[in-house]
Amino acid sequence: MIGAIFTLLACQLAGEIVSQVLHVPVPGPVLGMVLLVSLLVWRGRLGRDLEAACGFLLQHLSLFFVPAAVGVMVHGGRIAREWWPLGAAIVVSTALTLGVTGVVFQTVARWVARDIQT
Amino acid sequence: MTLGGHSALAGLWVYLHAQPLFWLSATLAAYGCGAALHERAGRSPAVNAVAVAVGLLVALLLGTGTSYATYFEGAQFVHFLLGPATVALAVPMFRHRHVVARAWLPLLAAVLAGCVTAAASAMAVAWALGADWQSVLSLAPKSVTTPIAMGISERIGGVPSFTAVLVMVTGILGAIIARPVLDALGVRDWRARGFAAGLAAHGLGTARAFQVDQLAGTFAGIAVGLNGIATSVLVPLLVEVVGR
Repeated sequence: MIGAIFTLLACQLAGEIVSQVLHVPVPGPVLGMVLLVSLLVWRGRLGRDLEAACGFLLQHLSLFFVPAAVGVMVHGGRIAREWWPLGAAIVVSTALTLGVTGVVFQTVARWVARDIQT
Repeated sequence: MTLGGHSALAGLWVYLHAQPLFWLSATLAAYGCGAALHERAGRSPAVNAVAVAVGLLVALLLGTGTSYATYFEGAQFVHFLLGPATVALAVPMFRHRHVVARAWLPLLAAVLAGCVTAAASAMAVAWALGADWQSVLSLAPKSVTTPIAMGISERIGGVPSFTAVLVMVTGILGAIIARPVLDALGVRDWRARGFAAGLAAHGLGTARAFQVDQLAGTFAGIAVGLNGIATSVLVPLLVEVVGR
């Protein structure tokens, strides 16, 4: 288990270092994720400990959002001033994103399937 | 006697409320309440465990006159785990690598279209309706999973903790409206439905997709990872192009 936790932290650390040193716009943990996927593909299998540690983290992912979201109390003023533009933007953009993503995926998947058949 | 008991209690509170242990425990307890309510409500996306926990904690902090900084000293231990949890997203991506490899073209097209739509439409609407620039920047990564969204927000000059709130609202809304929107547009492919839910509404959309269909849930999880990468690269570029 220690090894699995170390793997996760080491990937994140490597990601942070690359992100800082090379001034990449991608956050360190995201680079860490890409690094871990690459390592796993290279090794070709997933260790049981790593699977357990990642399973635990992903299962409780929403708990980890809580401390940051409690920050809403500091932003009361901003929300009172801008609830309308921000709320409208979220509603319009979320509906649009769902629609565009779903339709593009389905349309391209049909083209690909047709190409394979003919 | 009563007065003595009272002041001892007050003394205990003064001691406890400055301890990280107290606010760490409170965070877990509040989340436990939220998770129990979510179960009780038949796992409805409208009763969100995080929203409930945040409501309880904010009420407690305001009620006791505790600052967010004091709270965060305890809660930071939970907050820290967001980083390793983001790295852990590698596991579902690795596990589904064959499915990803087979559907790479629709995945790539959908992630690019969705990522740009999510950021550009949110920024355009908020800006047109008069939100200030810092709020517009905080909103840009709203469809990405929180740890990634906060990282992007920090990079482009938004307010990370405000982004966390906007991401939460987006996730709750997206999980509720995914079905009616996709039904109305005739999107019936489970892979496409799941991918759209995960891309637009990150982890909450993914949890919702898994309730409906396993294949949809798998593609939603893939969307969270891919959109995290795409948005980290594209949103800073978009901001550079639009921003003055």
